[in-house]
Amino acid sequence: MKKVYSSAAAALDGVLKDGMLIAAGGFGLCGIPELLIKAIHEAGTKDLTIASNNCGVDDFGLGILLSSRQIRKMMSSYVGENAEFMRQYLSGELELEFNPQGTLAERMRAGGAGIPGFYTRTGVGTVIAEGKEHKDFDGETCILERGIVADLAIVKGWKADESGNVVFRKTARNFNVPAAKCGRICVCEVEEIVPTGSLDPDHIHLPGIYVHRLIQGEHEKRIEQRTTRKEA
Amino acid sequence: MAWDRNQMAARAAKELQDGWYVNLGIGIPTLVANYIPEGVEVTLQSENGMLGIGPFPYEGAEDPDLINAGKQTVTDLPQTAYFDSSESFAMIRGGKIAMAILGAMEVAENGDLANWMFPGKLVKGMGGAMDLVAGVGRVVVVMDHANKAGESKVLKRCTLPLTGQKVVDRIITNLGVMDVVEGGLRIVELAEGVSDEELRASTEATIVA
Repeated sequence: MKKVYSSAAAALDGVLKDGMLIAAGGFGLCGIPELLIKAIHEAGTKDLTIASNNCGVDDFGLGILLSSRQIRKMMSSYVGENAEFMRQYLSGELELEFNPQGTLAERMRAGGAGIPGFYTRTGVGTVIAEGKEHKDFDGETCILERGIVADLAIVKGWKADESGNVVFRKTARNFNVPAAKCGRICVCEVEEIVPTGSLDPDHIHLPGIYVHRLIQGEHEKRIEQRTTRKEA
Repeated sequence: MAWDRNQMAARAAKELQDGWYVNLGIGIPTLVANYIPEGVEVTLQSENGMLGIGPFPYEGAEDPDLINAGKQTVTDLPQTAYFDSSESFAMIRGGKIAMAILGAMEVAENGDLANWMFPGKLVKGMGGAMDLVAGVGRVVVVMDHANKAGESKVLKRCTLPLTGQKVVDRIITNLGVMDVVEGGLRIVELAEGVSDEELRASTEATIVA
């Protein structure tokens, strides 16, 4: 079965549906599936629920789907530095389910691993715990969090082989691995697709079993907070 | 007189012990990295998937694939390791990180911490803070003693939505250092030029002798 597609639009063909749940990789603007996001924008798919740590910035990343009002609900841990996100949330136009960052990552990992729920101390005694089952383990109170299984995962890697084995680069790995794992279908965009057999099997970060469709493309890779030091 | 941001960071750096893995929050806590005492080797964890954070890059060497949890460009070190977000929080939740140094909007005398939202006004999100305070060995808060209106941020009870319940061990502000103990806060140290009376008068929380 061929996993390599010619474009983001081709890779998403027949996959997108109004109202679907999408898990997206990336942290801030680092390692975001920017080409697939653009393609979803162009496809006009709406009423989306998106599980993603952040929501891009106003004109880049998932922010473009906010501006076009294609997102109904976000499941995120951090929305600071995104004016449109905060505006839509505070005005009630956008539903927002806050998740502690580690809980969000583990919910994705668990969903992909066939684990429907797990207990954690994170969030006990906060609004996050409201309405969730509490249980004590060894004298510590924990809450039950559910695994996430997404209709679609969109992720971004560095290199992949034609079999879908993916390698990430530096901190651009972040949510891409757990997001990929929790998708019923996972579409992955990379900077370079190499022939099967040319990646070291010991160095694969995301085995091809999790990746159903692949595209290669040019990435803008915008920097959110360019911070430097002076030459000594 | 009181400590400025850098002096607060330098004081917080004295909390670090050799061999520790530590997570530094955004803001003043990030500055702590500049004051790690000589002979103390600590490895900084960034919750977006990195152990061993190096200094900011020289101009022209910024890498969009290499950022810290504050989304700033950073560099790596010979001992650096990268991993995904679920692995990152497995080590946080699993108690492998010895200490987190975090900023705060409010801290209460029972160790409650609020640092993620002002209802109806400003919503930032908790990011990894709820996971950190629930998982790491020791939580140190570094913040200004008062808010912009001059009101104490060191309170009897937090008024803002909590990040964690009874999680803070030590508070470092521009006025001094306080520990969360039975019955309230204990003054550990006064900032340069700050008197005991001044610190007490600026603090809403109960200070125990």
